Amino acid sequence: MVKEEQPESVNRPDNTAFTQQRLPAWQPMLSAGIIIPGFVLIGLAFIGIGVALFVTSRSIQMLEMDYTGYEQNSPCFKCSDESVKNCMCNLDFNIDTLFKGPVFFYYGLSNYFQNFRRYGVSKDLDQLSGDMDAFLDPTSDCAPYQYDGNNKPIVPCGAVANSMFNDTFKLYQIVKGVKKLVPLDGKGIAWWTDYNIKYRNPTVKPLKNAFNGTVKPLNWPKPAYELDPSDPANNGFINQDFLVWLRTAALPNFSKLYRRITEGDYAEGLPAGNYSLEIAYNYPVLSFDGRKKVVFSNVSWMGGKNEFLGIAYLVIGSMCVVMSIVMLIVYAKFKFPEED
Amino acid sequence: MLRRRLNRLLGRDERIADRRTIYVGHRSGSTNDAIIPPKFCDNRIVSSKYTVWNFLPKNLFEQFRRIANFYFLIIFLVQVIVDTPTSPVTSGLPLFFVITVTAIKQGYEDWLRHKADNEVNKYPVTVIEDGRRIRKESEKIKVGDVVQVEEEETFPCDLILLQTSRDDDTCFVTTASLDGESNHKTHYTVPDTGRDLESLNATIECEQPQPDLYKFVGRMHIYTSNQDPAMRSLGPENLLLKGATLKNTQRISGVAVYTGMETKMALNYQGKSQKRSAVEKSINAFLLVYLCILVSKALVCTTLKYAWQGTPGQDEPWYNEKTQTVKETNFYLKMFTDFLSFMVLFNFIIPVSMYVTVEMQKFLGSFFITWDKDFFDPEIKEGALVNTSDLNEELGQVEYVFTDKTGTLTQNNMEFIECCIDGFQYKYRDASSELDGFCVTDGPVSKLQQKAGREREELFLRALCLCHTVQVKEPIECHDQGDGLMDQVDGLEADGQETSSLQEQRGFIASSPDEVALVKGAMRYGFTFLGLESKTMKILNRNNAVEMYELLHVLNFDPVRRRMSVIVRSKSGDILLFCKGADSSMFPRVRQEEVERIRMHVERNATEGYRTLCVAYKYLSAEEYNQADKGLREARLALQDRDEKLMAVYNQVETGMSLIGATAVEDRLQEEAAETMMALQGAGINVWVLTGDKMETAKSTCYACRLFQRNTELLELTVRTLEDGGRRREKRLHDLLNEYYKKAVLDAPPVKGGVTRSWSSTNQDYGFIIDGATLSMVLNSSESNSSRYKNLFLQICQNCTAVLCCRMAPLQKAQIVKMVKNSKGSPITLSIGDGANDVSMILEAHVGIGIKGKEGRQAVRNSDYAITKLKHLKKLLLVHGHLYYVRIAHLVQYFFYKNLCFILPQFLYQFFCGYSQQPLFDAAYLTMYNICFTSMPILAYSLFEQHISIEVLLDNATLYREIAKNAMLRWGPFLQWTLLSLYHGLLFFFGVRFLFSNPALQDNGQVFGNWSFGTIIFTVLIFTVTLTLALDTRHWTWINHFVIWGSLAFYVFFSFFWGGIIWPFLKHQRLYFVFANMLSSVSTWLVIILLILLSLMPEILLTVFCKPRGSNARQRKLVQSSVGDLQSPRSSARPLLMRTFSDESNTVI
Repeated sequence: MVKEEQPESVNRPDNTAFTQQRLPAWQPMLSAGIIIPGFVLIGLAFIGIGVALFVTSRSIQMLEMDYTGYEQNSPCFKCSDESVKNCMCNLDFNIDTLFKGPVFFYYGLSNYFQNFRRYGVSKDLDQLSGDMDAFLDPTSDCAPYQYDGNNKPIVPCGAVANSMFNDTFKLYQIVKGVKKLVPLDGKGIAWWTDYNIKYRNPTVKPLKNAFNGTVKPLNWPKPAYELDPSDPANNGFINQDFLVWLRTAALPNFSKLYRRITEGDYAEGLPAGNYSLEIAYNYPVLSFDGRKKVVFSNVSWMGGKNEFLGIAYLVIGSMCVVMSIVMLIVYAKFKFPEED
Repeated sequence: MLRRRLNRLLGRDERIADRRTIYVGHRSGSTNDAIIPPKFCDNRIVSSKYTVWNFLPKNLFEQFRRIANFYFLIIFLVQVIVDTPTSPVTSGLPLFFVITVTAIKQGYEDWLRHKADNEVNKYPVTVIEDGRRIRKESEKIKVGDVVQVEEEETFPCDLILLQTSRDDDTCFVTTASLDGESNHKTHYTVPDTGRDLESLNATIECEQPQPDLYKFVGRMHIYTSNQDPAMRSLGPENLLLKGATLKNTQRISGVAVYTGMETKMALNYQGKSQKRSAVEKSINAFLLVYLCILVSKALVCTTLKYAWQGTPGQDEPWYNEKTQTVKETNFYLKMFTDFLSFMVLFNFIIPVSMYVTVEMQKFLGSFFITWDKDFFDPEIKEGALVNTSDLNEELGQVEYVFTDKTGTLTQNNMEFIECCIDGFQYKYRDASSELDGFCVTDGPVSKLQQKAGREREELFLRALCLCHTVQVKEPIECHDQGDGLMDQVDGLEADGQETSSLQEQRGFIASSPDEVALVKGAMRYGFTFLGLESKTMKILNRNNAVEMYELLHVLNFDPVRRRMSVIVRSKSGDILLFCKGADSSMFPRVRQEEVERIRMHVERNATEGYRTLCVAYKYLSAEEYNQADKGLREARLALQDRDEKLMAVYNQVETGMSLIGATAVEDRLQEEAAETMMALQGAGINVWVLTGDKMETAKSTCYACRLFQRNTELLELTVRTLEDGGRRREKRLHDLLNEYYKKAVLDAPPVKGGVTRSWSSTNQDYGFIIDGATLSMVLNSSESNSSRYKNLFLQICQNCTAVLCCRMAPLQKAQIVKMVKNSKGSPITLSIGDGANDVSMILEAHVGIGIKGKEGRQAVRNSDYAITKLKHLKKLLLVHGHLYYVRIAHLVQYFFYKNLCFILPQFLYQFFCGYSQQPLFDAAYLTMYNICFTSMPILAYSLFEQHISIEVLLDNATLYREIAKNAMLRWGPFLQWTLLSLYHGLLFFFGVRFLFSNPALQDNGQVFGNWSFGTIIFTVLIFTVTLTLALDTRHWTWINHFVIWGSLAFYVFFSFFWGGIIWPFLKHQRLYFVFANMLSSVSTWLVIILLILLSLMPEILLTVFCKPRGSNARQRKLVQSSVGDLQSPRSSARPLLMRTFSDESNTVI
């Protein structure tokens, strides 16, 4: 309680705009006068963007082919049996018109849950950034892919690495009955930061020595340091296929970038003609009712083909315009009696 | 509390044990007894709750007793124990933050208390031990110590005054820090103790400590050698309370009777019972709903998870095998663990920071009340006072106002208007009209005789001068002149003009302003009270001669007797008793033939709104006096039932008096009382006047305040109406109740929407009047169907525009408040009063408001809010209350909204990740969402929002009705908000999910992973949630701009920062460059813009669609209302808010 003896100036509340709740304030009113033109403008802008998106999306060529071999007549049916090892199958297809380049080559998996919680955390970033201590003592997150049966540490440990997609593809154009290899570019398929900063190989040279005392993931045919022996910049943990796989997908049906077709005769795209895709079929998916596919696509400024965005913009845009018209009518009806 | 209850319990059973014996100076009473020093507590005051050692455990314990905190603790523990999707940090950090902030606040408050305690406890005091003066720390004082206190010092404990430096065995104290009364109070030494303290051998027997500041009974046995112990009674006038300050007295000595926590101050310190606001109840209800949502979400997910896993291949695909331990875990345990994991994943749906934000909002928001300069009263130089900030929003929900009359509706600034002596009316006119200014204006009884006899006049005026407990305030400078005052007065005979002007300036201090008015009134007629010196009252009479009267006894005023008396002995030796009191208590005690002459005047004065008092006297023969004297002394010495015994003696003495006359004192209405009352009624608030005053006076005040209007039909239920029929009173009461019920409730057209009264209606207005006696009949009716009548009574009252309850005892006021409070629909009640008699109703009502008036500070101390004038109530309710309610209601709804749309995408994601509890958002986002990204804008909103400007709110009381009955926190608006958050959550998730049907979103063909997915959703979420608030903000101060745009900027900045660095303490670096990559994709930009716009669209649309109709309706209403209360029509109130899903609710945000 304030004592009476205090001078008045102490007791009297400050007469400032803040204390008197009279700060200057902007008091926006969403009136029809603003909303209706605003909606028209937004609507038109959205329709514009929507048209652009839609047209762009339409112009993107995309070729999707399932090669799981689920049906008996599909070319990879023979490989879908897990007992068959080192199975190869060919997927033949033809392109009617020029498939404009650069063409991006994706592989896709369905009903595959890379976003399982336990799966997602089942890796050891310390290992993957080249920390040798973590080689011999992988994090327990990697379990049950932490140690092998002989209690040797697995490098790279964890479910993500262990389940790395290991089908390989070779694309041939069949020119006059002769198979002509289409060069596939495996660079630039992973995020730049993943490749250059986040993941690192151990500094030990040769790389192989760093892996002494460790074993390769159980599912891998060869150890990490032999992922791409031809190119040290694409070997070990910075192998781009590996990095792409490590970036776990958001949804159970996903596709991942496999290669780009940017070189040689195919820099302009895949010319019309017959093609044959030679698949080394290693990756079993039927056990969990999964599907595998390959996707050829070119991209635009908006990325891959995506009809949703364009249609959404068109719908919302026209909705805005319609709304503004409705509002105008409503206003015409209600405003006049008010003015009487 | 427990101790008090225990004491009370013990007191009832064995009253003897209910007293303590104190050995003054620790000397045993009779010399041969060895002292067994009784154990009393030491003089340490402990108001602090914690010590350094127990702060942490005790504070944590207190905090975790709150349900929300406990809930988060459980979640945290689950996260620590069970393998859960999010790390314990995500819920631990916000909890830690909340707990720390609260602990710091409470620790700081406790530190302040410690400091204050130490200041008191270490204060040096002088104790007299064996004749030596010893300096001690205050906390070392023991009961029985003789303590010396100097002028301007505060008393270190409760003392019995033994010795004073003043000659007249008195000392003056102020109790400003106890009850706020700053006037000087006189206390008396115990007779025969003062002379020689060293050799004083005495014991004191007194009651056990009790918190009533104004009650004390005890007696002192003084042992002198060879004589029987003398016994002296002790009363509150001998007791100096700890905390009071010694004034105008150089030094006193006293013996400590109560120390430390047993002093009356400490006993009064106990915290008031916590009042909880209706908003908090709503919060708890909503919380419960959200808990249900949470549990059902977790259940659904768990069920689906196991159903889904049942299909072959899904439970354990080859790429994601389970560990050995998981495989070995019991199936049901696994299920339970999964359930807990889902709970943890979705736990953010319960807004952890809401309680903190709400508390912060209340605490900070309440400053606007204290800061409001409109509440500042230049007279007493004080503004409004907020004693609790918990009830701010309750001010916007008031449905019933219970107001005291005296000092609240009226100024309690009494002015003597007229008097009547022997049936002749005397009215004061300017001195010019007649020589002594004492003229007769009306002589209704006999035209012949113009004046009562001079004898009677003077007797009457002497009675006014003597029958009171007024003190003369001595001007400080002439304080030490003391005796000189006498000479001065004598010497002034020559110059009467100057005398009177000097006398006019003289201040009087009294417990009741009526007394001052009467003494001043007598002064105007030539009889001046000069003061009381050593039991002698001096009066300056019309001939400027000083008359002396020896004051023998004061028979104090009490509200039950409703009168007071003095017994004086005049110089001639006559013993006279003067008595003044309320007519009802006086008339039965005087001769009946005198009554008739006076009664008419009294009644007329009462109808004019004056307070009337009757004055009577009687001569006491020596024998009668001796008898009375003996009776009074005995009663005063009694240790038990002293009050009852005194009362009996009083009643015995105050009989057979003769009535001289009556006085009329005007109590002016408070400034703008009528306007305030009208505004309250316009706001749909029922105003009840609860007063102890008599019906006629109260009724006229009600008319003056326009609570009753000319066309108001009054329904009376008083003792008088009950006696009309000559039948049994209860029967008559029930008949009347039925009749009124039929009239006011059944025949009245139903009032729309529960709003109690609309100004525009042409219905008959009813006013209801009831008095205390009748009320107790209604409430305590002996008959079996009493509850029916109570119910009838309540319904009648609720249908009346104004209710007047007169002749109320303080407890009855509280009873009424309680009855209304607990009636159907449990309306929010507000009590406003200024006096001690209003404390009970102030404590009882939902909101208690004290007026810093003239009747001390008890009301203010016990109130939730204190204001200086009644007129401030209007702004307090209509503006502050309204704004606080709207702010906090929006705050609460928004909090639930933002958390539901935060967690809904997370829930939906479970359907796409195999129910594996995969979090959609990164842990940092989960943690920071509530405490950083979205907390500041809503806090700023809830502090500064003014959806309607202050002026409009003040001018249009009807706006208050739009938020009545918790309008913004009912299930309707809650459902709307929930639907909105569902819409937003679904939109966010599926919008981005469809975008991700092709995860190649960059022009380099690279794909986005799950963290990009979550981050896009989170970005949309942050922007939408903040912009939704921005749309609702009607009042953009720079602070709002700063926090809204600042929060968004902070989010962007933080995301870059968080994703831009490899944080060494993180295991997975999930967000590394995710945000930057996201922004490099055009599609992502487009989808973010699209989703934000789509989310905000319904709100914008509804604003526009609802507004024309809404503002139309409002204008019509306003025009009507202004016709009703004859104000100039308001052309347009700024249309209200947004968030509207229906026309009905468009007044609601």
